[in-house]
Amino acid sequence: MLAYIGRRIVGAIPMLIGVSIIGFALMHLAPGGPLAVYTLNPTITAQDIERIKTIFGLDQPVHIQYLKWAAGMFSGNWGYTFFGGRPVLIVILERLPATLLLMGSALSIAILLGLSIGMIGASRRYSIWDYLATTGALVALSFPTFWFGLMAIFILAVDLGWLPSGGMYELGEEGNIVDLLRHLILPTLVLALVITATYSRYARSAFLEVLHQDYMRTARAKGLRPRERLFRHAFPNAVKPLIALLGTDLPILFSGALVTESVFGWPGMGRLFVDALTMKEYPILMGLVMFTAFFVILGNLLADVAIALLDPRVRLS
Amino acid sequence: MVETLLEVRGLHTHFPILSKLFRRPVGNVRAVDGVDLDLAAGEVLGIVGESGSGKTTTGKTILKLIEPSAGSIVFEGRNITRLSPSMMTPIRRRMQIIFQDPMSSLNPRMTVGRILAAPFEIHRVAAGREIEDRVAELLAMVGLPAEAVSRYPHEFSGGQRQRIGIARALALRPRLIVADEPVSALDVSIQAQIMNLLKHLKDELKLTFILISHNLGVVSHICDRVAVMYLGRIVETAPRESLFFAPKHPYTEALLQAVPTPEPGRTRRRAVLGGDIPSPANPPSGCAFHPRCPKAMSRCAHDTPRPTRLPGGQVVACHLYGP
Amino acid sequence: MSARTRRQTLIGRFMRHRPAVLGAVAVVLLCLAALFAPVLAPHDPIELDTSVRFFAPLTHLAFPLGTDELGRDTLSRLLYGGQISLIVGLVAMATTVLTGALVGLVSGYYGGWIDTLLMRFVDMMLCFPQIFLLLVVAAFITPTLISISLIIGLTSWMEVARIIRAEILHLKEQDFVQAARALGAGGIRIMVRELMPNIVAPLLVAATLKVATAILLESYISYLGYGVQPPLASWGNMLTNAQGYFDSEPWLAIFPGVMITITVMSFNFLGDGLRDALDPRLRM
Repeated sequence: MLAYIGRRIVGAIPMLIGVSIIGFALMHLAPGGPLAVYTLNPTITAQDIERIKTIFGLDQPVHIQYLKWAAGMFSGNWGYTFFGGRPVLIVILERLPATLLLMGSALSIAILLGLSIGMIGASRRYSIWDYLATTGALVALSFPTFWFGLMAIFILAVDLGWLPSGGMYELGEEGNIVDLLRHLILPTLVLALVITATYSRYARSAFLEVLHQDYMRTARAKGLRPRERLFRHAFPNAVKPLIALLGTDLPILFSGALVTESVFGWPGMGRLFVDALTMKEYPILMGLVMFTAFFVILGNLLADVAIALLDPRVRLS
Repeated sequence: MVETLLEVRGLHTHFPILSKLFRRPVGNVRAVDGVDLDLAAGEVLGIVGESGSGKTTTGKTILKLIEPSAGSIVFEGRNITRLSPSMMTPIRRRMQIIFQDPMSSLNPRMTVGRILAAPFEIHRVAAGREIEDRVAELLAMVGLPAEAVSRYPHEFSGGQRQRIGIARALALRPRLIVADEPVSALDVSIQAQIMNLLKHLKDELKLTFILISHNLGVVSHICDRVAVMYLGRIVETAPRESLFFAPKHPYTEALLQAVPTPEPGRTRRRAVLGGDIPSPANPPSGCAFHPRCPKAMSRCAHDTPRPTRLPGGQVVACHLYGP
Repeated sequence: MSARTRRQTLIGRFMRHRPAVLGAVAVVLLCLAALFAPVLAPHDPIELDTSVRFFAPLTHLAFPLGTDELGRDTLSRLLYGGQISLIVGLVAMATTVLTGALVGLVSGYYGGWIDTLLMRFVDMMLCFPQIFLLLVVAAFITPTLISISLIIGLTSWMEVARIIRAEILHLKEQDFVQAARALGAGGIRIMVRELMPNIVAPLLVAATLKVATAILLESYISYLGYGVQPPLASWGNMLTNAQGYFDSEPWLAIFPGVMITITVMSFNFLGDGLRDALDPRLRM
């Protein structure tokens, strides 16, 4: 088991390096470059820009820049913000908990609901429930998340006043769990909509796959009741590919979180990103792009380990 | 003086087994493990053996569809062993293959006309109208209606699809055709039709065949000589009558005994083979057959028997008959 | 079974899938509406007239769906916006499909180090959440229709590459590919003549679904202001200002969103139906 984890960690290293190279290339390929915020400012002279370039080390050959940047990254130095000069990594990490809270809640709901809907759809294939579930999922996937969020805010928060319209806390209520939950509900539901729909489709096909295997027929022949068959035999086998999908879908979760946070003013990494865009804060933008990519690699690693724990065949291969 | 169309010496085809982590070779599947063959122009050589014997791999290696690991292949007097794919292209017109599975050997998205036109297009030997004429000619040769050109493979039966595959192999008028289990996937009633077609075409077009099969009945139908393979090696090569009525190698004997005969009540000596076929990645030492051989001697475990030519024209690799 | 009956079976399978048929009809109607926007739209979509601002829908004959904060006709803007969204969707889809098919084809056919290299690259690209990538680039380029479509396309091709590669790997096992090699066909001929006709089906499905995601992405980045720029109307950027007026003029925010949803839904249903009809193996 440890050997497997070790191998996976070693395998992740080239990914980390490759991802950092792509990120670096992105930074320099985007027209305007890292100094866009300055070059677009007419009051800054060309000489100033040259000096800024030297300060940021941008006058050196590309591969040297990369190595310095990468060395900085992997030792925790992610640069400083243009405005305010704060360490980028700190700024990002400050926002991480809020995003994790949102993503975690949405994911939990999505998994529970999605799995259930998928299971029901698969076990009652071609019934009205299945039909509703598949069609409903497809409809849910077609909503633009940001618009859905806006509608939710307008109708539920502004018009009906049931829930707050944005933010994470009311002023002065930090620490109040109930208040936090009230603010959490809408963004979570909006984010969960698309994830649940996607998950219910995966779950349905995973269960369909499993339910037609021979060992299910054996279970039925043994006289096991449907619920037992479903949970003790079908479930563990269907769930394994779904865990892998969790890892691969992490980027989609981040994208969704960005949209949701910006609509609801939720103070997480997504909101940070959108704000940084407005201010052309390159260090933060690049920091977030790299951070999310690294996070995804970590997430995939954890998903692989989880599968290996559940399925001895994977470990031993 | 009959021309030797094909001369194969010491042919080896090994497939490396790679370790999962670093893809380092940790072993070899010795699919073809030292094969010698001679093929005279106009003859039909059968290669028989069970699955895993390496017969299909031998056929494909001879055509350079699989790269040989060692040995030499001399076709029409020319050593083609080390030729690159681009240098092989003109030679491919003279050696073709018929595949076993009529379902997957034809591109489902191409009409029969396009499938049969492909050889002419690839080698640029004809264009436009002329290709149409040649394709029509091929269809007639294999007994298919001319309307077939605009149809898709799935509209045909297995036997008909196999005819299309044969037509494709004949398009460029090759000299050598390797037929890899051409009738194994067909219904028994159709098998005879196709075998008769092959026989007819061989006579008409002066073809030379290598017929690969696990079915001795099929082989006995049209082969002049038969080679028996076991675990990548040829254990016996003999003219048809000699092989079937006076088999020399114990494995050949066992294979023949296993063929059911429609003569109820006839008692035969049953040389039942014990055990399973060993893995080609780990063949037994000495004679590959010795663990299962009813006539094994002590030296069979150490010395690999070399092919010995017997007075009756057979070539046998067995210590019972030679060094 | 002749070629005609096979087509009939495919069509039959498709027709049984009612949402797919609805989706197909809707897609056709939407495309027609977008194509004939100049004919169907009662007004110029960028024509301002502050004397007619904030008309509610169905109150004025001249402005069937009302007007916005600058007096522009909503119906006209919706029609032209649809044109824009569909153009971006289709161009982005074309980029995605071409890139993905090329990478998948080359990777799957040649195998070896090319395959490893390309697939590692695909894996790495997939680590970046698409919207992050998209916005970073969108914010720093001059947003034209072409550039927006291209960047959406160039950040979406990875899944297509994987699908096509998987299909090619499966096809490589088939004897007809070996037969082509036995005939002396080179790599290019095999990829173009033998393999490509066999990947049309999964490509078609992927293409349809990618139009849907492209439209969603375009609407989001336009809403944020980094996509289609005003005064050119896109359903996304119609929402940017509309949200400020939701209390009094909710239709300004509802119509564009509904149009996006319906369009994306139609393409999704169509794609799903195509997938079921063309490839029972992938039935979800």
